[in-house]
Amino acid sequence: MGATEVKVLKGTDLAIRRGEFLAIVGASGSGKSTLLHILGALDTPDKGTVRFEGRDLSQHSERELNKFRNKTVGFIFQFYHLLDELNVLENVFLPAMASRSVLGWLACRRRAKKRAADLLAELGLLERANHKPYQLSGGERQRVAIGRALMNEPRLLLADEPTGNLDSATGNGILEVFEKLNRAGQSIIMVTHDERIARKAGRIITLADGKIKNLSS
Amino acid sequence: MYKVILAIRYLVKRQITYFAVAVVAFCVLIVVVVMTVMTGLVTDFKQKNYNFVGDCVVGTESLVGFPYYEDFVNVLKEADFVEAISPVIKSYALLTPHGRDLNIGVEIMGIDPVRHSQVTGFGKTLYYRRDDAAKAFVPSYDPNLLGCVLGIDLAMERDAKSGYPYETSPAEVAFSVTCFPLTAKGALAKAGAGLINTQTFYYSDISHSGLARVDGSTVYLPFEQAQLLCGMAGPIKRANAIHINFKPNVKLQAGCEKVTLLWHRFRQEKAREEQADLLATVTVRSWKDYRRAFIAAMEKEQTMMIVMFGFVGVTTVFIVFVVFYMIISHKTKDIGILKSVGVSNIDIIELFSGFAFLVGLSGACIGLLGSSIFLLKINRIENWLFEHFQFQLWDRTIYAIGDIPNQMDLKVLLVITCSAIVACELGALVPTWQAAISKPVETLRVSQL
Repeated sequence: MGATEVKVLKGTDLAIRRGEFLAIVGASGSGKSTLLHILGALDTPDKGTVRFEGRDLSQHSERELNKFRNKTVGFIFQFYHLLDELNVLENVFLPAMASRSVLGWLACRRRAKKRAADLLAELGLLERANHKPYQLSGGERQRVAIGRALMNEPRLLLADEPTGNLDSATGNGILEVFEKLNRAGQSIIMVTHDERIARKAGRIITLADGKIKNLSS
Repeated sequence: MYKVILAIRYLVKRQITYFAVAVVAFCVLIVVVVMTVMTGLVTDFKQKNYNFVGDCVVGTESLVGFPYYEDFVNVLKEADFVEAISPVIKSYALLTPHGRDLNIGVEIMGIDPVRHSQVTGFGKTLYYRRDDAAKAFVPSYDPNLLGCVLGIDLAMERDAKSGYPYETSPAEVAFSVTCFPLTAKGALAKAGAGLINTQTFYYSDISHSGLARVDGSTVYLPFEQAQLLCGMAGPIKRANAIHINFKPNVKLQAGCEKVTLLWHRFRQEKAREEQADLLATVTVRSWKDYRRAFIAAMEKEQTMMIVMFGFVGVTTVFIVFVVFYMIISHKTKDIGILKSVGVSNIDIIELFSGFAFLVGLSGACIGLLGSSIFLLKINRIENWLFEHFQFQLWDRTIYAIGDIPNQMDLKVLLVITCSAIVACELGALVPTWQAAISKPVETLRVSQL
């Protein structure tokens, strides 16, 4: 909209290991969400490179980026971002449907639905499978979003302020889910402005003015 | 699969979508009703004109007529593409009912009813002699009298409900028919010396061609009497036209071209005859050309209607565009979510195109259903309106229309349905494209505001 160019990230250099639970903290406007979007190929950097398992994301074709977003990473957003027209179960298996043709989906739909149901059972939401997102509480919606993010068994889970819209008890429940996933080997990058929540992660980095100021384990 | 599911859910669950569907349905309903009625009227009018004329007319506009018509009739009789031929006298006359101080200006047509019925639909227009055109000029109340057939609107007045007050047999009414006989040079022939220009005829039947102007001003007389009254029965007899009916397998254009060829040859043969100059005014025309002045007006009206409803179609596109712009603007979050799970731009286009298709299809189906019901009941509705509010779409005292045409044409319906879908796709094109090319991060960011 505006003509003024704003540099959000400046000289950010970061490596993340497989199986790591990383928290990115920083004040509002520090660039932490932008960093997460770039890591998940939802946005592209003006300069610099993002490598995933050694391959530069900027070298990916549009089709490869779609596949990357579908299979390799899973997103969890602060505002859940569920589709109101779909029920809970459909929202969870959406990524499996999105990557297949009609025939491909018909061939694997039972397996996909079972996987989605298993995820909902793990997240304690199986009895809510046929409900619409607006019929759920904030915590329940976020757990549905986690189920959706895990549907295609991504190698990296990207969570943008996953507890930002929840009360602390519900937020703790979500963090417990993350810890459990991480213990099972799931790589997670979580953005938060709350250092108390960040302490749940194995490693914390602090962003300020678009630069990494502090790295702590 | 998610595209199908989401497109259907968007259609069913968004109230604003109902508005788009309603707009499409309403436009389809209007277009189908107007097209059906207008096409029905034009088709009916053309058919009535064809029934009145036959396939082809060799004739002149001159009231003097043209000579040697019998020779040309003989030429046509030998042609293998001609089914039937009917020479006709056409002129103007004054009709004076006996016992009344009244003169009515009319057009007269002198015909042989049997031959004319073979060429045109004349026999079917009669009321009392419908199954026996040979007796069209024989009054049922006295077969020895000389009969005449009156255009139905000359004989009786229509009431507003399209009813004619038919009687079981024609009333015994005599008319004097006064003509204006012309010489071969075009001068008014002087009465006397055996020239008759007034004769009494008795009402024997009525003709209902369905053409208001014909039915309101034409009196049919026996050919010989009309020829005599018009001064065309001299040593060299004249007629005004020869109506021709082609054999069923002969195409109109081809038949007319063959008649033209025969006519040119005939004219050359008669070039040295005494009244050959009168042949110069004779033309060969198909029934469509012969009645063009009347048909063209109706066709022009139909074209105007199609153009006007073309504008309605454009308006639909615009409304659908606005509605889709609003719908897709509200769906920014969904687009971001879909992109975050790996949905491609083309998939987004397909999703919203599918949604537009469903809006167009469901709107068209509702419109077709509504128009079918409306057209099925259109005559009942008009009757009800007339009975309760004295309102008629076409005043039956003016227009020669029976029932309002309501026969739907499947091809027209198919074209309208496809047009509705295309209109929706066009309306959705720009917002869909914009949605597809938007960056996922931007759409997600907007939805958080």
